[in-house]
Amino acid sequence: MNQVETAKRMTQNKPHPITGIEQRGIYLDSVEELAEMAKIVRRDIMTLLAESGSGHSGGPLSIADFGTALYFHELNVDPKEEYWADRDFVAWSIGHCTPVHYSLLAEKGYFPKRDLLKFRKFDGHLQGHPHRLDTPGVEVTTGSLGQGISVACGVAKAAKMDGHPRRVWSFNGDGEQQEGSIWEAAMFAAHYKLDNFVSLIDYNLKQIDGDVADVMNIAPLPDKYRAFNWNVIECDGHKWNEIMDAYAEVGKLYRSGRPTAVIFHTVMGKGISFMEGKAEWHGKPPKGDEVGIALGDLGTTEAEWRKYLESN
Amino acid sequence: MDLMKPEMKKTREGFGHGLVQNGHDNPNVVVLVGDLTDSTMTSFFAKEFPDRFIQVGIAEQNMITVAAGMALMGKIPFLSTYGAFAACRSLDQIRVTLCYGNINVKIGGAHGGISVGPDGATHQAMEEFAIMRAMPNMHLIVPTDYHEAKKATIEATKIQGPVYIRFGRENVPVVSEESTPFEFGKGAIYREGGDLTIIACGVMVYEALVAHEELKKQGIEARVINMHTLKPLDEAIILKAAAETKAIVTAEEHQINGGLGGAVAQTTARGNPVPIEMVAVADRFGQSGKPDELMAAFGLKSSDIIRAAKAVLQRKTQPQAA
Repeated sequence: MNQVETAKRMTQNKPHPITGIEQRGIYLDSVEELAEMAKIVRRDIMTLLAESGSGHSGGPLSIADFGTALYFHELNVDPKEEYWADRDFVAWSIGHCTPVHYSLLAEKGYFPKRDLLKFRKFDGHLQGHPHRLDTPGVEVTTGSLGQGISVACGVAKAAKMDGHPRRVWSFNGDGEQQEGSIWEAAMFAAHYKLDNFVSLIDYNLKQIDGDVADVMNIAPLPDKYRAFNWNVIECDGHKWNEIMDAYAEVGKLYRSGRPTAVIFHTVMGKGISFMEGKAEWHGKPPKGDEVGIALGDLGTTEAEWRKYLESN
Repeated sequence: MDLMKPEMKKTREGFGHGLVQNGHDNPNVVVLVGDLTDSTMTSFFAKEFPDRFIQVGIAEQNMITVAAGMALMGKIPFLSTYGAFAACRSLDQIRVTLCYGNINVKIGGAHGGISVGPDGATHQAMEEFAIMRAMPNMHLIVPTDYHEAKKATIEATKIQGPVYIRFGRENVPVVSEESTPFEFGKGAIYREGGDLTIIACGVMVYEALVAHEELKKQGIEARVINMHTLKPLDEAIILKAAAETKAIVTAEEHQINGGLGGAVAQTTARGNPVPIEMVAVADRFGQSGKPDELMAAFGLKSSDIIRAAKAVLQRKTQPQAA
């Protein structure tokens, strides 16, 4: 972990290459650093879930790579000034993915990493689903699916009205596409030409009751968004060159006159041998021996990673 | 005012004019509407401030959450649609995003009550009080007339957090003056009286004033309170009325469950139990008809308040044996 700690660097307050806004916070420049950070995030996720004894494993692990890329390469925020007026805005419409959400916030510097061990606990500030009034860096209270995306649209619309260049992002799930309100937001974003808005869709093919295609098929998802007058980018959400290309493409579409959906094709439970591709891991944490196996898959041990969290 | 020949005006017109005032007073005020610009009278604002008016289309859930996003960026969004959709169709968005998130969005729920008339039960919102009362962080105002509606709309910009304001469809009697003070969270005593207290909101304040006159002719002095704010509730004025008049009638154009009557009873039950009679819709849906005939058929006229007053006085003077 040490090399990553030292590889993190504060930006020199240069203008952001796309928005022109002063660039703040910690950025990681190389794919190697980002991949290492994603591994740290996965270790955080498994350890905090093991400690809490409840929470979601599958989605957070499938989001870990492109989520890390957003927070450490794209998102212009300042953990030292949470409500910095010129910040980018991100909504976690897929509210239940708090394990990855909170890990990213802690690693970005919003709060001490030891707080992750109070996930879902009475005396912590990390609710099971994100609450803006409790947790630094949480912009929107979510947990009921299909709402955060609309809140982000409202932010993007306000930015357009004010002539503000900020970028606005929303994390969405594939199962979440079944909520009707998603499509109300999709219409709104295209109607008002919210090209400052990006929906990052975790297409891991699974939801609680099984395969998305069996529960309620959302295919063909790219065609649906194209029909709604969105830009659509598709990529493998675990291949770093594809992830970085996708975000670069998002940057090029910044003034395209259309909102952009990035569909990340991912694997539920990615990175943990016994969880990959299994819907049963949507909503439960590793328990007992599973914890050691999971952290072993990530090249560490539970004891080592607890120590990392407790001492930071 | 002349109770027999009152000036008639719409509360939603007060909303429309209040919004224009807000637009002039504060550049952050924006207005969102779901395809009902004219009937919610947000059209006045749209004409005056087209750049701050956002048409959301027939997508009420999205309207609530889009407004929330705009509020997070420092806007003061007012949104409007019929109460049936504002309070019921978008309820999850109101609960999670607005109330739990405590976000500064103002909802103008138009077309509340049975007096919506010919459109029938689907469009006659009569459950909003119960719903909004149950939501932590929500504020609920039920203006009685045009002036109060306008003042409540202006006052809402000063309240931090979500606010729901209920308006009606029809012309209703103007019972206050332009100069009448509007104090959010405080009931207003419209008539003094020591025999009983009528606590009313919305158009039922007028019916209570008519009942007051009729009761006076019969030698009964009824205090009349306009309880325009249902949440937070002015418990002090209720407990004072309970202590001094020892009998209460509540009157509201809403379901009997969970509305003003329930709120008053909750207060007195804990603070000073006195007999209460409730004039409200008897746990049933509305139907098509003319506003006046519906108000009568659903028991929401001054005659119903008078009947309730006599019943409560009987309970006050001849308590049932335990």
